[in-house]
Amino acid sequence: MSFLLGENMTGGYGGADILHDCTIGVEEGEIAVVVGPNGAGKSTAMKAVFGMLNLREGRVTMKGEDITKLSPQDRVKKGMGFVPQNSNVFTSMSVEENLEMGAFIREDDILETMEQVFELFPILKDKRRQPAGELSGGQRQQVAVGRALMTKPKVLMLDEPTAGVSPIVMDELFDRIIEIARNGIAILMVEQNAKQALNIADKGYVLVQGENRYTDTGEALMQDPEVRKAFLGG
Amino acid sequence: MMENILNALVLLANFLVVPGLAYGSQLALGALGVTLIYGILRFSNFAHGETMAFGTMAAILATWWFQSLGISLGPLPTALLALPVGILAAMVLVLTTDRLVYRFYRKQKSSPVIFLIASLGVMFFYNGLVRFVIGPNDQIFTDGSRFIVTAREFKKYTGLNEGLAIKTTQGITVVAAVVIVAALFWFLNKTRSGKSMRAYSDNEDLALLSGINPDRVVMIAWLLTAALATIAGTLYGLDKSFKPFTYLQILLPIFASAIVGGLGSPIGAIAGGFVIAFSEVTVTFAFKKFVTYLVPEAWAPDTLLQLLSTDYKFAVSFAILVVVLLVKPTGLFSGKSL
Amino acid sequence: MTINRRNVGMFALMALLITIVGVSQSWSVALAILNLCLISSIMALGVNIQWGYGGLLNVGVMGFAALGGVAGVLVSMPPVANAWAAGGIGVLIALVVGLITIVAAAWTYNKLRGTGSYQALTVGAIVVVGYFAMRWFMDPAVDAIEAVESAKTGYLGGLGLPILISWAVGGVFAAGAAWIVGKIALGLRSDYLAIATLGISEIIVAMLKNEDWLTRGVKNVNGIPRPVPYEVNLQRSEYFQKLAADWNMSIIDLSSITVKLCYAGLFAIVLLAILWLSERALRSPWGRMMRAIRDNETAAAAMGKNVTARHLQVFVLGSAVIGIAGAMLTTLDGQFTPTAYQPLRFTFLIWVMVIVGGSGNNWGSVLGGFVIWFFWIEAEPLGLWVMDVITAGMAEDNALRLHLLNSAAHMRLMMMGLILLLVLRFTPKGLIPETRR
Repeated sequence: MSFLLGENMTGGYGGADILHDCTIGVEEGEIAVVVGPNGAGKSTAMKAVFGMLNLREGRVTMKGEDITKLSPQDRVKKGMGFVPQNSNVFTSMSVEENLEMGAFIREDDILETMEQVFELFPILKDKRRQPAGELSGGQRQQVAVGRALMTKPKVLMLDEPTAGVSPIVMDELFDRIIEIARNGIAILMVEQNAKQALNIADKGYVLVQGENRYTDTGEALMQDPEVRKAFLGG
Repeated sequence: MMENILNALVLLANFLVVPGLAYGSQLALGALGVTLIYGILRFSNFAHGETMAFGTMAAILATWWFQSLGISLGPLPTALLALPVGILAAMVLVLTTDRLVYRFYRKQKSSPVIFLIASLGVMFFYNGLVRFVIGPNDQIFTDGSRFIVTAREFKKYTGLNEGLAIKTTQGITVVAAVVIVAALFWFLNKTRSGKSMRAYSDNEDLALLSGINPDRVVMIAWLLTAALATIAGTLYGLDKSFKPFTYLQILLPIFASAIVGGLGSPIGAIAGGFVIAFSEVTVTFAFKKFVTYLVPEAWAPDTLLQLLSTDYKFAVSFAILVVVLLVKPTGLFSGKSL
Repeated sequence: MTINRRNVGMFALMALLITIVGVSQSWSVALAILNLCLISSIMALGVNIQWGYGGLLNVGVMGFAALGGVAGVLVSMPPVANAWAAGGIGVLIALVVGLITIVAAAWTYNKLRGTGSYQALTVGAIVVVGYFAMRWFMDPAVDAIEAVESAKTGYLGGLGLPILISWAVGGVFAAGAAWIVGKIALGLRSDYLAIATLGISEIIVAMLKNEDWLTRGVKNVNGIPRPVPYEVNLQRSEYFQKLAADWNMSIIDLSSITVKLCYAGLFAIVLLAILWLSERALRSPWGRMMRAIRDNETAAAAMGKNVTARHLQVFVLGSAVIGIAGAMLTTLDGQFTPTAYQPLRFTFLIWVMVIVGGSGNNWGSVLGGFVIWFFWIEAEPLGLWVMDVITAGMAEDNALRLHLLNSAAHMRLMMMGLILLLVLRFTPKGLIPETRR
């Protein structure tokens, strides 16, 4: 029984089903990575867990509680954080304002959380007054992750956080993500860079055409010759 | 010689700078309302001119009522006291309209064009409503003292040929515009609600993900728009005079201001307002007297030296609009978000 | 197309309504309404071509109609020889200078593309110099022209050709203006076209009001020649007198009805021709492509369709139709009154016709033109009557009663706004929905 679990999810965006009996989950303090070829439904699975599309079958539970019917906003209140792949920052607003908006639903003092985000991403502290739209790709991703962390989520979901950033920045981002997981937050992410992502993953899911093909620990998947051959380029 | 230069400058100040500042302030306030709705609801609100007319009408009715009660502000126009009444009436009107008209299309996620056509219908309705209540004719509702500085006083004090007159309404317009713009920017940049509006305008999906309530944002946008429209309309009415038809005509310069600055950008709306106002005033100004002061007598021009007759002042807004559309369609301040 | 009983029924109902007016008020009134219904329908067809086929928002119908109207003056009025002698050459030179300026500016603009502020400055300089050169020739010529018998003429007059030609010319004028606006505003956000058309229509009407040498401005042009006989002439003809006696009608009524029927015939021919062409176009591959573009611009562009060029095409075509209708209106009125061009009457009313009739359906626009114009005319007595009933209990000199009676006319605007909103909301497809092919 995972902390966050999407079980037997089947559904799509209204037309044909994209997900077929797909199951993904993650434990507190763990990193779970979803990989697979293009069009495998990785992002769709992520959106399904976050409530951004209607499931025909299956359910989503968090700490055993059924949250299938909740809207994304309500899931945020339950302790889920989501970093979309595209347009994931408020470009015209400063870094600090982005973080503030991330914490919009909180009524208490957010300064402490903001300090924690700045500790995690020190560069953001220097750029706190700059509009997020003027930052580099990697810095933007940091703002996006920081924004999602502002609600103090128990689960952080990342949709291809390293899309379009350089390898160095990617390593740096993965380091930060490991650090977040060490603080006891469950991390569920979709990644194109399968090798690097599985390297840091406690658990890996390989999706093909909306179905689970392989599920194992990250390490085991890296060792599996079939997975290596088909998805990791040998 | 020195005196001639001074005279020429005073002439410019009197006929160009002062009216331009006042008109620019009015346009800026109007364009702010348009840009705010564009930023949040993402359509060009053709009913904005008529919203201005309605708010102004309510303020005029309240002014008359106050006048009949003998309440006044001394040297200031009573209309200032009536402004809150007008704003409140306009707020009720736009919120009712939003509830009955626009909300439906929002839920349907209709395209901006449908919103635009709906706003045409709303414009038609408001237009009839205003004329139904107050009639299509000119209404004068200015009272208090007419001038801050009269031309005669100025001439006597400086000993120059040219006078500089500043109407009370012009002074109030500029002061009010500065205060209101400052308050608006404080709201947008410093308060939680204001920031949530900017966030919503910047990236609607992410704003929803962050738990920002769209209905609240839309409501605040309408309330601000109603206030801005009423203030802009009343100041315009005090400065010129109130006639429902003029509020239909002012729509073009207001749109031009908002687009020139960049639709959705408040700073752009203000800059655009002044660009349009000063261009309009400059192009329709007869420079004959000004040049006569500066050149030797023999060179004095015998024509008016007016670029365009005042009948074509709308052509100025349009020409600027065209240039912006051709050269930089996003406007001076690359709009789209608050 | 299969004949739809419901649609035929609605047209029949419309005919019945006009007949009722004919019987209860007078045939002259009924025919006057019919004529304007026909013209309104053509304007609505023009807007429908733009909005229904292309999804383009034209908020400047008034300006294009006015351009058509001015064509009526320029084609049919006799030239004023003295005015031509006084300033004709000057005006012509000025116009040529203006044209050269525009061409030069456009050429430089394209030539210097990418040079940034250098481009802007050069083009700006050309425009300013050209403008002053034009004014140099224009101003004295205009003064001279306007001084020629200003109470009677004071303008250059027209070409003295049959007025029917002006219908085509009006279409060309409007098409030209539409081409310019389209070039500027199409391809940008849809709102920009709406605002640009609003602007151009304001400017066109301002020009017609102020360029006295061209249109006499607010002094109006009266006595525009007719394409149909004059009542007085009919009344003088013996045949006609006999006819009136045979039918036992007053000769004045008969002549007025005859003239109006002639107009109705002419208008109906134009309406049917445009309707036929529009329907053909809609069914052709071109029409299918237009609808495909309207329904999904991105997909159409991805398939290699030049969306902006196609939009320009429908925009120009639609405006031409509006211009034709504008010229017809001036013909019917027999005079050109620039102040009559009000945006509410000429832009928004036409929009209500299209939306109510059914956007995308030509027959719908025609029906919408009939229905809305009919109610626009009949709403005034109706509104007055309603107000009378409401205020019946009040004293004769009750201030509220007087105010309500005086304001009854403005009820029409509110009603039209309300109709537009209600139709848009509850039956967005209109009276005759677009047929999906």
